[in-house]
Amino acid sequence: MNNKITYAKGILTAHQYLLTKYKDVFVIGQGLWSPWYVGQTMANLDKDFGRDRVIDSPVSENAVTGAAIGASIFGYRPIVVHPRLDFMVLASDQIVNEAAKWTHMFGGQTKAAVTIRGIINRGGEQGAQHSQALHSWYAHIPGLKVVMPATANDARDLLISSVLSDDPVLYIDDRWAYDDEEEETEIVEIDLAAQGPKVKRIGSDITLIGAGYSAFQCLHVADVLKKEGISVEVIDLRVINPIKHAVMIESVKKTGRVLAVDGGWSNCGLASEILAGVVEAINPNQLKSKPQRLTLTDAPAPTSKVLEEIYYTTEEQIISRVKNILKNL
Amino acid sequence: MNKNLLSENDITQIFDSNLLHEPIEISNISNKGRLVELMKKMISIRFVENKISDNVADGTVKCPAHLGVGQEAIAVGLAEHLCKDDRVFGTHRGHAPYLAMGGGIYELFAEVLGKEDGCSKGMGGSQHLFFNKNGYYFSVPIVSGTVPIAVGAALAAKMDNKNGVSICFFGDGAMEEGTVQESLNFAKSHNLPVVFVCENNFFASHMHILERQPNQSVARFAEAHSIKNLIVDGNDVVKVSNISKMAIEQARRTNEPFFIEAVTYRWKGHVGHRDDMDVGVMRSKDLGIWKERDPIARLETALIENNIITNVEKESLYNEIGDLINYEWERAKKATFPQLDVLEKLVYFSNKSMR
Repeated sequence: MNNKITYAKGILTAHQYLLTKYKDVFVIGQGLWSPWYVGQTMANLDKDFGRDRVIDSPVSENAVTGAAIGASIFGYRPIVVHPRLDFMVLASDQIVNEAAKWTHMFGGQTKAAVTIRGIINRGGEQGAQHSQALHSWYAHIPGLKVVMPATANDARDLLISSVLSDDPVLYIDDRWAYDDEEEETEIVEIDLAAQGPKVKRIGSDITLIGAGYSAFQCLHVADVLKKEGISVEVIDLRVINPIKHAVMIESVKKTGRVLAVDGGWSNCGLASEILAGVVEAINPNQLKSKPQRLTLTDAPAPTSKVLEEIYYTTEEQIISRVKNILKNL
Repeated sequence: MNKNLLSENDITQIFDSNLLHEPIEISNISNKGRLVELMKKMISIRFVENKISDNVADGTVKCPAHLGVGQEAIAVGLAEHLCKDDRVFGTHRGHAPYLAMGGGIYELFAEVLGKEDGCSKGMGGSQHLFFNKNGYYFSVPIVSGTVPIAVGAALAAKMDNKNGVSICFFGDGAMEEGTVQESLNFAKSHNLPVVFVCENNFFASHMHILERQPNQSVARFAEAHSIKNLIVDGNDVVKVSNISKMAIEQARRTNEPFFIEAVTYRWKGHVGHRDDMDVGVMRSKDLGIWKERDPIARLETALIENNIITNVEKESLYNEIGDLINYEWERAKKATFPQLDVLEKLVYFSNKSMR
């Protein structure tokens, strides 16, 4: 042990594990034979496992996603890869109208055990149609599980559990987290239905809650603030649909302060859901300050460098907001 | 288009509603009993749909019911050639394929009434039908929704290597959806065993095909994707059966997709029991003529003219089927509604299986 694993390597390892152990797993999507699209997360998979199980596809997001859903209904466990969520929007019909509904509308007699992997790929002056984090949209849909890993081991183990789940899962990873490292743990097959928010830093002054890259930022913030004597509890949501509020509620009851951090927009977004779920379950007198959220400005992603700098949430902004909350500002 | 099987002249006839009113050609069929079975199936489907129609009219059936009265020959002709490893996908107008494959009448009635005994356990209504006894059948109402899914089911069949074939029913309206074009391209470029069956009934909801497309035939889209295709008189059950046999066997043998354009006409409006005569000059003028190309009457008359059945036998068959359908309808009305906990319990399959 004591090996380091990066987030990107975690995703690659999960693919290798699944393709080796489970014959019913295959991967399909655009750019799978070109690392340019998917970073190091799929390096050499086509060579190692064959191009009939790692299938690069035509430029047809909706049909390719539908085809994977169709195969999943007949016993396969496909992973469909969308190198950007923006383009995955074209597949929303199949994800939302079909995969998420089949079990329910056919009375539990069938299932779509498909994993749809959508990659958030922001920054770099890519602009409005190449930078969207649309997890909140999809988390609104009953029947579609939405998974967002924040750390390397979770990126690996949650991908494995998503693929082994009997439900359609949207697994969202974030390229900004790809180089993040942690100590590698052993692979454990975990039941996705049992997964949910985890306290990843224990603290007593304030609870920070987020998912995916936002949770990853919160973990760094907690480490920085610890040196300044501020004790931050961090909850990594990991699974945002169905969402489980219990861990969040318990934490906020303890700290009395909550800041929800999300890399999506504010209106009807994940940060709103975090706060609503917590506030509904807590007496106002248990709160020491107003619950707050930190999200993107409600505007499309800009291209110009100066605008991009004020658009994305930074760790410095989170730190500053935490300090203001502690001062009851 | 395969000119050996269908001349341009045939195609012109198929699209001329004043033609093909005569009894269908059955002289080259040796097994006459098979034809009687096809007739029984078509009558049964029509009676089932008329029963649903009457109950939509009086308000007993509340769910949207898209009836395919007049289009029975397509599903019935095709279903003759299906095997248990095959998977069939239907549309909002999905009663006929379900019944043609052997789906239960009682379970269909229970489903449109929202009952627990329904083929989708009362969770689907008319628009979401499920059947998995002699092969699989699913139908959903998003236009083109099942087309890529059928392609994926063909991909799974090919990976299984058990010669299963995927059949995808859709209408002329779906041809206007981008996903169908994506799916045709994918099926051909990956060589998948899927038979696309476009039931061209000339209408997408209220609009005639010539108000939506520059040509009233849709097989040109298959041609554009280099997929073998044929146009067939969809109101001739024998012709549909012959072409389906060829298409399915070819898909089974070679993993090549095939495209059938079955030309037909829907007698009812888009949804519900009405005729929708008010949706334009074309329909009020055409409906009566198209009823002369009734797939059931054309087979019945052929059977009677060839002394395979008598008029008396036909009458008793009608009574027998009518009685059965009334019996199943009354039984379905008495069935129980789903337990209330299924609303949440069925959202995730893993809630049931706890893998």
